[in-house]
Amino acid sequence: MARKKRETPGINSSSTADMAFILLIFFLVTTSMDTDAGLARRLPPPPDPNVKQQDNIVVKERNVLMVRLNKDNQLMVGSEYMEIGQLRAKAKEFIANPANMDNLPEKHLKNIPLLGGDCMVTEKHVISVQNDVGTSYQAYLDVQNELVAAYNELRNELAQAKFNKTYAQCEEDEQKAIRDFYPQKISEAEPKKYGGK
Amino acid sequence: MGKFNKSGKKGMPELNTSSLPDLIFTLLFFFMIITTMREVTLKVQFKAPQATELEKLEKKSLVTFIYVGKPLQQYQAKMGGETRIQLNDKFEDVSAVQDYIYQERENMKEEDKPFMQVSLKVDRDTKMGIVTEVKQALRQAYALNINYSATRRE
Repeated sequence: MARKKRETPGINSSSTADMAFILLIFFLVTTSMDTDAGLARRLPPPPDPNVKQQDNIVVKERNVLMVRLNKDNQLMVGSEYMEIGQLRAKAKEFIANPANMDNLPEKHLKNIPLLGGDCMVTEKHVISVQNDVGTSYQAYLDVQNELVAAYNELRNELAQAKFNKTYAQCEEDEQKAIRDFYPQKISEAEPKKYGGK
Repeated sequence: MGKFNKSGKKGMPELNTSSLPDLIFTLLFFFMIITTMREVTLKVQFKAPQATELEKLEKKSLVTFIYVGKPLQQYQAKMGGETRIQLNDKFEDVSAVQDYIYQERENMKEEDKPFMQVSLKVDRDTKMGIVTEVKQALRQAYALNINYSATRRE
């Protein structure tokens, strides 16, 4: 039987745009654009209950920078009051000890091949942050931020001097060498209540 | 000079809209790729603190969120005005944080577990007492990689 070829009528697609619009609006509503960013930190592992806590770990006084925050968000670094803006410079001086001062952290010989062999490194330094129960979170984060910034600036300066690029641009092993030179040592003491709530 | 308007009835030619769906689909895919699903509805007031040394959270699947802040206005009648912790969609106590982390870790892929990250979304006016308690709980749960959520200071 010979059949006449019939043409199929085209499907009306004028409404696909509307459908796509509805999908688009759905996704706009249910999703959020915000890329999350924040200050990355690492917590120390919990104390082992089987091992007796050694309370009298001897750390030389010159190796410790005490940073204290009280309930009114006042900052005390070492033994003096300080504004948050001064903390970064103070921390940098403490970490690097550029002038080999007696009251700043002692330096130890350390062999870091990528940085040209033996280096004098203040690897025993500790920055101890202590805050009150009543300290506000913003103040606490400001302090953390300044300390991390101090490390980042020092690392960047070293990377510029040695490799002629920023720390972020360095290769993995170069970054590790720099981290060996300026290890990040921020310890957080158990919070204490200074005088009332 | 009757050269123009010969017919007098020459209307505008119809605009071809056959590629409009494609355009919209392109937009749709663009938004699908760059955005992320909103995971929980916020029940606490959260104004991020400000900082400068920020790092981006790389993989969303590795991140667990903990919200800390005062309950929103509509929950305050029930929950009071004290600072609370929100896990998933519920208000919880500090004691629930550890279990929550264990649970979240169970849900993760085996190879991802060591890289688990906890993002602390804490309101900027919170007192440190509760934050410290949360941090101690995280230490107990061995969730050591944390990230204090913050916005960039101009």
